[in-house]
Amino acid sequence: MISALKPFEKKSELIIFFSLLGFIIAMPLLNSAGAISSYQLGNWGKYLCYAVVAMSLNMLWGYTGLLCLGQCLFFALGGYAFGMYLMLMIGELGQYQSTLPDFMVFLGYEKLPAHWEPFYSPWFAILMVMLVPGTVAFIFGFLAFRSRIKGVYFSILTQALTYAAALLFFRNDTTFGGNNGFTDFKLIFGADIRSAATGRWLFVSSGILLLSVYWLIAWLLTTKLGKIQQAIRDSENRVRFSGYSTTHFKLFIFVLSAMIAGLAGALYVPQAGIINPGEMWPAKGLDIVVWVAVGGRGTKLGPIIGAILVNLLRSYTTSAYPESWLLILGGLFVIIVLFMPDGIVGLFNRLWAKFKRTTA
Amino acid sequence: MELMAFTKRIGISFILILGISIANADEQKARQLLSELILADRDQQLDKVEPLYDYGDNIIKDTIAGWRTGEVLTRESDGSSIAFLKRGDSLETILTGEISKPKGDEKINRASRNLRKKLRRVIDFIDLSSNDLQERIDSVLKLAKRQNIELIDVINERLDRQKDADVRAAFQESLHILYLKHGTPEQQLEAAEQLGDIPSFGSRDFIETLRTETDNSEIEKAATAALDKIDAAQKRLDFYSSLVHGLSTGSVLLLVSYGLAITFGLMGVINMAHGEFIAIGGYTVYVIQGIFASSFGVGSSAYEWYFIAALPCAFLTSAFCGVLLERSVIQFLYRRPLESLLATWGVSMIIQQLIRLKFGAANVSVSSPEWLSGSFQAAGLSMSYNRLSLISFALFVIIATWGLLNKTNWGLHVRATMQNRLMASSLGINSTRVNMMTFAYGSGLAGLAGAFLSQIGNVGPSMGQTYIVDSFMVVVVGGVGNLLGAALSSMGIGMTEQILQPFLGPVMGKITVLLVIILFLQFKPGGIFPSRSRSLDD
Repeated sequence: MISALKPFEKKSELIIFFSLLGFIIAMPLLNSAGAISSYQLGNWGKYLCYAVVAMSLNMLWGYTGLLCLGQCLFFALGGYAFGMYLMLMIGELGQYQSTLPDFMVFLGYEKLPAHWEPFYSPWFAILMVMLVPGTVAFIFGFLAFRSRIKGVYFSILTQALTYAAALLFFRNDTTFGGNNGFTDFKLIFGADIRSAATGRWLFVSSGILLLSVYWLIAWLLTTKLGKIQQAIRDSENRVRFSGYSTTHFKLFIFVLSAMIAGLAGALYVPQAGIINPGEMWPAKGLDIVVWVAVGGRGTKLGPIIGAILVNLLRSYTTSAYPESWLLILGGLFVIIVLFMPDGIVGLFNRLWAKFKRTTA
Repeated sequence: MELMAFTKRIGISFILILGISIANADEQKARQLLSELILADRDQQLDKVEPLYDYGDNIIKDTIAGWRTGEVLTRESDGSSIAFLKRGDSLETILTGEISKPKGDEKINRASRNLRKKLRRVIDFIDLSSNDLQERIDSVLKLAKRQNIELIDVINERLDRQKDADVRAAFQESLHILYLKHGTPEQQLEAAEQLGDIPSFGSRDFIETLRTETDNSEIEKAATAALDKIDAAQKRLDFYSSLVHGLSTGSVLLLVSYGLAITFGLMGVINMAHGEFIAIGGYTVYVIQGIFASSFGVGSSAYEWYFIAALPCAFLTSAFCGVLLERSVIQFLYRRPLESLLATWGVSMIIQQLIRLKFGAANVSVSSPEWLSGSFQAAGLSMSYNRLSLISFALFVIIATWGLLNKTNWGLHVRATMQNRLMASSLGINSTRVNMMTFAYGSGLAGLAGAFLSQIGNVGPSMGQTYIVDSFMVVVVGGVGNLLGAALSSMGIGMTEQILQPFLGPVMGKITVLLVIILFLQFKPGGIFPSRSRSLDD
């Protein structure tokens, strides 16, 4: 137990970790006591998934210096993989009362395409949730890092990849439901997906994922790999001249981060109740970047704060000031980039240091 | 402009005063022929019909129709006769078009049986006599496809009268198409050979039918040969038309990405709001169009010039917005390119929303001036004037930018600053000013692109977003900082997309192009023209 907490050497970090844990335990309890509606809990569950995908991007951008604009693609791929399982679990409860998913009946499919068959098993689906984004990231990353595409070019290429994939998923003939995507889920692991109890379990799972990823990133940073990761961010050429193959390190981090994003997407889909190609539109990729920037990149807690805060702000302003929501968000970016390059956490750290100096 | 309208009005009243409404020389000639025909002796009338084949005016139709229903009258006076056509209660003098009241001494003129038959053909095939030669060509080919046997005589009667070579060829082609079905075996054989030589795409189906239906092996052979020729020509034509379309897609890409090639390629600023500058250009055209419409009226000839006036406005508006953006945000971020991406993404959201609040979320429509609508036809290829103007303008942008950067002092300063900001400013170049002006120029080009896009597509708040990914691709493939590379790569990407489209469809074509680009960068990570530098991190 103690060795597992080794990544959190400072007392403040332990406090953060345990308050996150407390939050994740408290929310479902409050829900079953009736203090929080299931709708609210579901929203918070989605925010936790957003936080995880933001953390996965932070691992790339904040700690390795690779700004990936296609994190939403990995998120959506994970979502689609798990969505396939959920679609099959609808069974004959769908509108057309066919064993085939509704959109397939609609498009005139006679039988289930072969690559859908194994998704009857949830475990296979969960495996694919990690494998598919991981494979895409591996192939793309291998090609990109091998030819030493970096910096801005890497960002632009990941955006192009995302754009291409979104166009592909918008088509009807790719067996993924075209622009409607997957929706109307009924059952998950045999339980009703809309019941309050399932909602609580989904929330707890998202929380566990968040804490595990948080721990994993913290642990990685203490290892040699973590040191090299940060060294690559600060000066890749020096690392290479010191005899490390930066390509392999970058590829490993890229694939790992894609898998994490995929898991976040898989947990997001049952809570949101829908997955469609809109989730992998390039603008979504930039959204994730913004969460990380707002919270503070290169900090462990930053992405979580950023993802939750921006989304809370979004849901508040879209209902309170629907017309100026984009103005507020856009203005926020500009201000953060210009005046708070390290985000909220960076600002807090600076203020804290100042406070300590004046009191000491 | 007002003077012109004034003289026109005087001219119209002048004609009205004289009571003559003869519009043109063709109509006058047709009236003369009709008048002569009606007044001629019975035995000469049949021969006087054929000259009418050269004219397609309405008066011919009206007169012939009236002749059959007894509405053509003649009056003898002073030994000469005048022919009239009944128009309601009045009479129209066929020769002059003059309208007068009947005097009561007019006699109804009736045509003989044979003449009526011949005249009916004149009406039925009046389109073949249209004064618009292109209309003549289109209608004869259309009629031929109905395979009406009667048409053979009609065409034969008129073939020798056609003076225009193109019209003659079209009549000949139609005749051959008719022979395919109705001709003697010799005629069928010749028709197949001739149609194959033209090559006549419209006759393909008929040759195919002939080939399957005929028992004559020689005709079958000729038909097969003709089909081969037509198919080969079709393939060639398809290829050329995808080239032409590729050129036009490439020009669109070039226009939208050239500004980016300057701001991103030369200055290193990732401007995600580039697409919104395009939209600003489009909306400027919309506003200018509105101003012209309200101050000159939509139909006026001044309104036709609104697009010319809108071009510099679009450039200046976007350039001004560019200066604002550069001064307020980007000047602080020259050393942090990734962060300029984030800040400008925020700016792009703000601009988009402002446009929505001002002009509404729906697309607005910008109409093309008349001189830009329509299309240019040559050798089976057609190209709208919008696209042609786009291609020539793209060319102009390349040359103008090249000239500015390489032949002016300002260009020298720009190139020096972009190579090394500190070094340039230590040599006395005002790099702040250069940065500002360069960014303004790049943004202005985006505005111009928007102005042209308004002519070929919709103007909407997110119109620029569609192009932003493509534009970045163009710049990366061309080699960052290389304008010639950007020009080549936009043409290359445009062509590839158009050539792939027939096989893969628009979406798969686009996806394939994106994947090909990613692979291309494997072999040439620096693009077509990589920038050379001794600095390690460049």
